[in-house]
Amino acid sequence: MKPTLAALALSLALSVSAPAMARSVTLTTTLNAYGGNGAYLAFYVTDAAGAYKGTLWMAGNKTKYYSHLTGWQRASGGRLAEIDGITGASVGAGRTLKVTLDLADTLFDAGYSLRIDAAAEDMRDSPAEVVVPLATAGAGTPVAGRTYIRSFTFDL
Amino acid sequence: MFRRIHAFLGLLAVALLLLVAASGAVLSVLPAIEHTQVVAAPAAGTSVASVAGRVAAQQPGVETLKRLPSGAVIAYFTGDGAPPTSVIDPATGTPVAAYVPSSVQRALTNLHRSLFLGDAGRLAMGLTALALLVLIVSGLAMTARRMGGWRRMLGRARGSGMQRVHVDLGRLALVGLVPSTLTALYLSLATFGVIPDGSAPLTPLPTMSVSAPALPVGELTALGRVDLEELRELTFPDPAQPDDLFHLSTARGEGFIDPTTGSLLAWHEHGVAARLYDVVYMLHTGQGLWWLGLVLGAAALCLPILGVTGAVIWWRRRRTQVAVAHDATETHADTVILVGSEGGSTWSFARTLHATLTAHGHRVHTAPMNELRAYPAAQRLLVLTATYGDGTAPASGGAFLERIEAMPGAPAYPVAVLGFGDRQFPHFCRFAVDVDAALAQRGWTRLLPLTTIDRQSAPSFARWGATLAAAMGEAFTVTHVPERPRTHRLPLVARIDYGEAIDAPTAVLRFALPPTGLVARLTGRGLPRFAAGDLLAVVPPGNTVPRYYSLASASADGFVEICVRKRPGGLCSGLLHTLAVGDTIDAFVKANPQYRPARGRRPVILIGAGAGIGPLAGFIRANAARRPLHLYFGGRSSASDFLYEREIAGWLDEGRLTTLATSFSRERGGGYVQDRVRRDAERLRSLIASGAHVMVCGGREMANGVMRTLADVLAPIGLTPLALKAQGRYSEDVY
Repeated sequence: MKPTLAALALSLALSVSAPAMARSVTLTTTLNAYGGNGAYLAFYVTDAAGAYKGTLWMAGNKTKYYSHLTGWQRASGGRLAEIDGITGASVGAGRTLKVTLDLADTLFDAGYSLRIDAAAEDMRDSPAEVVVPLATAGAGTPVAGRTYIRSFTFDL
Repeated sequence: MFRRIHAFLGLLAVALLLLVAASGAVLSVLPAIEHTQVVAAPAAGTSVASVAGRVAAQQPGVETLKRLPSGAVIAYFTGDGAPPTSVIDPATGTPVAAYVPSSVQRALTNLHRSLFLGDAGRLAMGLTALALLVLIVSGLAMTARRMGGWRRMLGRARGSGMQRVHVDLGRLALVGLVPSTLTALYLSLATFGVIPDGSAPLTPLPTMSVSAPALPVGELTALGRVDLEELRELTFPDPAQPDDLFHLSTARGEGFIDPTTGSLLAWHEHGVAARLYDVVYMLHTGQGLWWLGLVLGAAALCLPILGVTGAVIWWRRRRTQVAVAHDATETHADTVILVGSEGGSTWSFARTLHATLTAHGHRVHTAPMNELRAYPAAQRLLVLTATYGDGTAPASGGAFLERIEAMPGAPAYPVAVLGFGDRQFPHFCRFAVDVDAALAQRGWTRLLPLTTIDRQSAPSFARWGATLAAAMGEAFTVTHVPERPRTHRLPLVARIDYGEAIDAPTAVLRFALPPTGLVARLTGRGLPRFAAGDLLAVVPPGNTVPRYYSLASASADGFVEICVRKRPGGLCSGLLHTLAVGDTIDAFVKANPQYRPARGRRPVILIGAGAGIGPLAGFIRANAARRPLHLYFGGRSSASDFLYEREIAGWLDEGRLTTLATSFSRERGGGYVQDRVRRDAERLRSLIASGAHVMVCGGREMANGVMRTLADVLAPIGLTPLALKAQGRYSEDVY
């Protein structure tokens, strides 16, 4: 999945106006065979103090289920404008989601974290399923989540 | 109209409906199974605070506490110790087992709601529910028409065995199918956002200032006020987030609880839409109402049977309406035959007529009555029509009267109306009469006066053909050979002979049932199920016209029994009387559903003479419910033709027969059965006044005699046999 409007991804503080100041990042998320329906995943960025900076991607289309992504809801205030144009389908158990987007250079190695919330129907909500620092050194290193995510990698 | 919609949708949606029904039926059982497995539901009035307190005390790292619709309480834990998802004993708070949701249930649920195809599948299933609703409504409308009005919806279904199963089962299944279908549509519309599901809008979460240490969960006042029965989900604060709150979701709403004060924050009470959605969800799934699930599931299981019987009915109807050979176009035809048919038998008469006229040089066009139009070359119009059960138009004639009205005027050519019907029904040939009158009123000239044909009588049809030939100034004869069903070879297994001594040889003949598989029965190839009072059509070798005998047994008895009087010179009765055990006959069964005891516990008065006792004996044999049955039997001599004498004695002992009255005409002081009836006038009046059903079987003369006698008997209480007939309480099987 490669959103053509990736540059819109971080529509507020994270967006970039000139390609020179951005770098292309690929987020690869592989889920466990957790034996449930497709998972909703929210990818978002917080700063060193834990304050919300913006959403990168929302996997899952039905807004009434977003309240199960509790960390994202707390951080973003649940405003749907935050994810306008950056939503896709939920991700089935055992499947892999690949999203490529352009991120501002300034986000890297500056204390920001990328967080993923996950939830699936009739199963537990998993806020902060994955939390990884946005450090160039961490690129390409797989990280496992608490419940749903077998491995998450971001590649520059 | 309703039939066409019903058949079209039914056939189109059959695969999806079967899928929905099968998956729904399996899913419907699960709430009941879960209900039996719920761990020790505590006494009513247990608060969420107390249960949450116990769980937190037993096991650290509680993330979420959840109450399932079945009443089971489960918890999500972090860290080691208990399984990450555990079933909780609410009385102690201990995790008693790992909670593993059924993957079969999940797969079936996904199949049931979306065919594993996401929103496209959801849409398909929503449309399936809509199709089912249309099927229910059109099926109800057809049933109402068939029964003769909405008020008689619960009456006894008529028609072939397959039709009766379809109607009876359909009416029964409505109890579950109507709620299942309506709720399915509601859920589908809610999924697609057409109607609100009442889910709370996403709002920024409330915040709190970290002012004091958190209270133990068991002491939170807001949780103490919530009964466990109302709990949906309680999410504990994330220990890593110092300002995190409890999130509480109940049947009534959702909100947050400050862990330092125990007070409720930002409570969102469910609106009407959310509560309605919850109720609809429960009614559809049976989750939280397990017994309803079983009702819905049982009804869903009826759907495949309805689908199969419906398809068979459709197929049989189609088969009877095969095209007419050598059909002239409507613009060239000199003779037009219009057919009003319900079951298709009128079509076979039309085909005979069509073939005869074509053979005599006519250009004949045959069409359903509803297709009436202008026929520029026509010299005559022949209308052959049956009448629907309640006296209205048959399927292919419903629009005929409107079409006559719409025509600019009466045409130059004359018309003849021939009605087909059954005198046992109260509205004999009513539609043919209406058509004939409407045509006359519009100024059409008659080629022949209205003629009616009782019970598809081929001789009556031939007589009408002769008058038609005369009116046309031609010489042709119309010989109708009924297209008869496939015959079965039945071997004689026993016979008992009566009446030899008094020159009235009568035999009770018992044949073995041919072996019939389910497939053969469904495709109409096997011997259909039958009951006493149905007809056995025996086809003598080298003969095409079957002779009909009333059956004295039901398929459940495991044999085919008839009672046959040998007629002087009778071809078929003579043949039957020569049969020895092991000899076979070729025969088929013809349903005769109008000759059955009325449903219920009311008494039945059975009046028969000679071989006419056959079906009556069958009714008595089948009377396992010990309903009051009173038999009046007439013969010639008790020593010689007291048919079924030994069996009758046994049935009296067993209570299958309540009373017996006999009359033998050749004995001193004897007489005909109607004389015996007259002697019992007092008793019969009181039986009939209390709602008894009278069933007569025998020769025409005897039946007329019984009817006259009963007219006298009933006069003092202001009743007549005809009035009883109109109520379906006087039935005759006459030969």
